[in-house]
Amino acid sequence: MLKKLILPTLIVASGVGVALAGPTKEIAGPVQTLRAIGPEGLGNAAAAAAWKELAAGPATTLVPLLGAMDGANDYTLNWLRAAVDAIAGRELAAGHPLPLLQLKQFLQQTEHNPRARRLAFELVVGAEPATTDLLLAGMLNDPSLELRRDAVQKLIDQADQALARTNLIVAAPLLQSALRSARDVAQIEDIAGKLQGLGQPVDLQKHFGFLSEWKVIGPFDNTENKGFETAYPPELKIDLAAEYDGKQGKIRWQDYITQHKYGMVDMNRPCGKLKEVTAYATTDFYSERARPVELRLGGKNSWKVWFNGQLLFAHDEYHANQEIDQYLMPAQLRPGRNTILVKVCQNELVKDWTEEWEFQLRVTDALGTPIASTSPPRSADPGNPAGKQATKN
Amino acid sequence: MRFRIWSLFLLLAFSATLSGADWRQFRGPRSNGAADEANVPTALNASNSIAWKINLPGRGLSSPIIVGDRVFVTCSSGLNQQRLHVICFNAADGAKLWERQFWATGRTMCHEKISVAAPTPASDGEHVVAIFSSNDIVCLDLEGNLIWFRGLGRDYPNANNSLGMAASLLIVGGVVLAQVESDSEAFTAGLELTTGLNRWKLPRTRGANWTSPVVLKASGLELVALQSSQGIAAIDPATGKSVWNYTNNTSVTPSSTLNGSTLLVPSQGLTALEFGSGDATPKQLWRSGQLRPGTPSPTVLAGRVFALNDGGVLTCGDAATGDRLWQLRLKGPFSASPVVAGKFLYCVNEKGLAQVVDTTKPEGEVVSELDLGETVLSTPSIAHGAIYFRSDGRLWKIGKS
Repeated sequence: MLKKLILPTLIVASGVGVALAGPTKEIAGPVQTLRAIGPEGLGNAAAAAAWKELAAGPATTLVPLLGAMDGANDYTLNWLRAAVDAIAGRELAAGHPLPLLQLKQFLQQTEHNPRARRLAFELVVGAEPATTDLLLAGMLNDPSLELRRDAVQKLIDQADQALARTNLIVAAPLLQSALRSARDVAQIEDIAGKLQGLGQPVDLQKHFGFLSEWKVIGPFDNTENKGFETAYPPELKIDLAAEYDGKQGKIRWQDYITQHKYGMVDMNRPCGKLKEVTAYATTDFYSERARPVELRLGGKNSWKVWFNGQLLFAHDEYHANQEIDQYLMPAQLRPGRNTILVKVCQNELVKDWTEEWEFQLRVTDALGTPIASTSPPRSADPGNPAGKQATKN
Repeated sequence: MRFRIWSLFLLLAFSATLSGADWRQFRGPRSNGAADEANVPTALNASNSIAWKINLPGRGLSSPIIVGDRVFVTCSSGLNQQRLHVICFNAADGAKLWERQFWATGRTMCHEKISVAAPTPASDGEHVVAIFSSNDIVCLDLEGNLIWFRGLGRDYPNANNSLGMAASLLIVGGVVLAQVESDSEAFTAGLELTTGLNRWKLPRTRGANWTSPVVLKASGLELVALQSSQGIAAIDPATGKSVWNYTNNTSVTPSSTLNGSTLLVPSQGLTALEFGSGDATPKQLWRSGQLRPGTPSPTVLAGRVFALNDGGVLTCGDAATGDRLWQLRLKGPFSASPVVAGKFLYCVNEKGLAQVVDTTKPEGEVVSELDLGETVLSTPSIAHGAIYFRSDGRLWKIGKS
């Protein structure tokens, strides 16, 4: 607690002004040029000269340049970052100090761009390595994933030290605290493994927030992988009472509840281990308010995702690699019911490692915090008793 | 007069320091692993053979490139390897001259064995252009000034595979060629070297592909060979227009190798295509199933071709006929492509054991070894009398400091 209080106190006591963000008059012109950069190199031709002008600036422009990252697109962020690197590198090589107090204050202002704040952090700890722990002490729930990850790692390290002393009473709460704050998938799995060893298993499906209750239908034909581009009836209208001609006869929607640790929806279960087929899964997701979210999908099969009837993204690749949060798709929740439709395809390969015909999906904020549906999904509705016969994975 | 004498002295001193040639792209000046110099250390295990060794801030299996007295290396680090580094070192002493970092705009997922800094950057002598598995491309001048940035991973988000992208860049006639080919979307882009804007964008047959393009020079014509599972497409780098095609099953891992006016293509083993008549369809000279490169790309030296398989069997063939001449078992396994200087072949295995092969011995012979002590997947680079190796964590210069 003491450490949490020290840093803000020092900054306030230093008398550093609060108006640190945003470009100053001197750099406003070139910053505007960089902020006009867009896709496919739009604005690149003018940007090189603007960048050179910014990169030649004094150390006092570092914080305004970081502030200029607020609201900037990913292209512009990189141009601005390179200018910050150039200025800081030149000043440090010349033995000149960086404006550390201003950088620290910028770092504490969590409304700024998370990457800009991380860069400020790195400039500070590069000059004052001893401040690292102090700075991270209050960042367990930081909006910067990188800062939060470092803060969480400190807790994990402390827990490891306690475990090495077989001090389980200290280790367990440290790990539970780390788990609450962690958003990095690798860290979550690491913590969960350690808690499992302490007899405190983590429900990873619930922790990650994988959507577990679905309606599925298939198989449709995917001979020669043509099914990926074929718009079968569920793509045109989701009618849960409908019956269609599938690849092997009449097919209907079935309830499917996954109990897989990582929320895998395995189409081999409701459809059978088939090849050159495709299937659909749909679920409803309820929200009390409109808000931006990310749909995060993982899987080894070709897939498409529609959200409220709009195609979000599609990727036509088979059996290469899979990980949690493999594909991030920004979306906008509307109040009430939102509908998610996933198409997942299987190709012709017959080797053991090509058996998988599955996906996992969760809804999160931009940091990876799972967002739960505010109302039970369709299969658990009282008016839809079919859920009782659901396929379970 | 004093100025002239000093100028002459400085010129001579500079020339002495920079004897030999630059290494500005993957597998050297002709994309075949062959150096334009012979004065490269062969006794790698000599006590003073290591000029310097430095730590790198991130992972990578891209090769270092060397332009004059500077060495450029790319790395990836941080959360999901989303931090992209371009670093410039002084070749003389390994001192870092500058570093620029960028944030990946495209997906960084890749196989655990490789990394986001897999493709090798390229230079025209004035610019350094670096590409990463996320399909982010950065163009800097030699002093580290940012000339342009392109997020091809953001512009074309489907052109990416889940094992990682690895095709290295080429710079030809003011155009940067980026071969971006995956199962879901595939294209090759010709970007203006000065602005990064698309000069052309050529759709390609979809399919995962980790090979790198090669420049073909014949009859005053400069073409670029694009390799894929379909074969070889020779294009005009100025326009992206197709000039000729070789259609046959071709590997998507080892890249083709230039040998004069012949392109040695990893197809059905190895297939030699003579393209000497410029824009005419090339003539197949030979095909050998006995010359079968694994992950490492083949290389050539003095009329011979060398194919190294993943396990470590090095096969030497006659570059004119494809006949197998000898085989030598090296200590494997290998991912890095061999490079050659003088009469020697330099091979580094995945365990970091560098092996120097005297190719003039009747059956080839390993004449020295150097254990770098860590995993090396990156193809070495040769420039100005030195050879450079890199691992995920370090960069070595072997040769004069």
